[in-house]
Amino acid sequence: MNPLLYLFATAVTAAAVTIGAAAQTPLDIRQSLGAAAQRESADFAGFSAQRGEAFFKSRHGRDWSCASCHTANPLAAGRHVKTHKDIAPMAPAANAERFTRQAKVEKWFRRNCNDVLGRPCTAAEKGDVIVYLMSLKQ
Amino acid sequence: MHHASKLFIAASLVLGVVAAVFADDDDDDGRLYTASHPAWKTECGGCHVAYPPRLLPARSWRALMSDLDNHFGTDASLDPQAAADIGAFLERNAGRDRTPAAAPVLRITETPWFVREHDEVPARVWQSAKVASRSNCAACHVTADQGSYGEGSLFIPK
Repeated sequence: MNPLLYLFATAVTAAAVTIGAAAQTPLDIRQSLGAAAQRESADFAGFSAQRGEAFFKSRHGRDWSCASCHTANPLAAGRHVKTHKDIAPMAPAANAERFTRQAKVEKWFRRNCNDVLGRPCTAAEKGDVIVYLMSLKQ
Repeated sequence: MHHASKLFIAASLVLGVVAAVFADDDDDDGRLYTASHPAWKTECGGCHVAYPPRLLPARSWRALMSDLDNHFGTDASLDPQAAADIGAFLERNAGRDRTPAAAPVLRITETPWFVREHDEVPARVWQSAKVASRSNCAACHVTADQGSYGEGSLFIPK
């Protein structure tokens, strides 16, 4: 391969990788959950912060709610109910790092939904919670 | 006695003392645990202090890492690559197996070492709201997140 062409190809690949790994925004994540919710149900009519808040603060047949560790005020820091480890605030207004990495969001929903509900959350439930957290202002 | 034999005995004594010192180094006070790994720190440290690999033997870590979906009652599952990386790090830096005949110990707090090191801690400290759980190292070992568990950085909460 022509060395210049090779260099160009490498640069393009590197740029593509960088873009692929680039931080997402809470809006991106909400959007991809919206598409997933539509695939889940043809009746999906958008997310609701109010539903998200109720979901976040309720227990779902088990010992813990989301608020057990994250507190009922997601603008404040939480604390793991078992280990007492501090947990940074969940609302993006209080913690700009929240909902900026799809893989991290999926990992924590997978674990925590299993702990709180004993099953995976639906895309609609995840979207409601994220919309609720995004609606909170300092 | 032959000069060479004397030298041999002297050398053996020195080596013996050195070996004795190192054999017991699990019990040192003022221990600083330096083994670190980025994924271990982030993933294990996401929910609790990233416990030093040395505090459990390799087969305990293997058992723990193979059942992360049910990690002391919570789902701590990882993607397979992260689990493999962290597992290898833990096993590489694991401590000695002191109960090889028994089932692997899964809780650091149940190892003979932990029990012995904490036998002077009164019940009221364990029950204090600030401690809450024996897994909460940082309640007293305030620099635990840096791997430093020495008595110099030990503050018992009131």
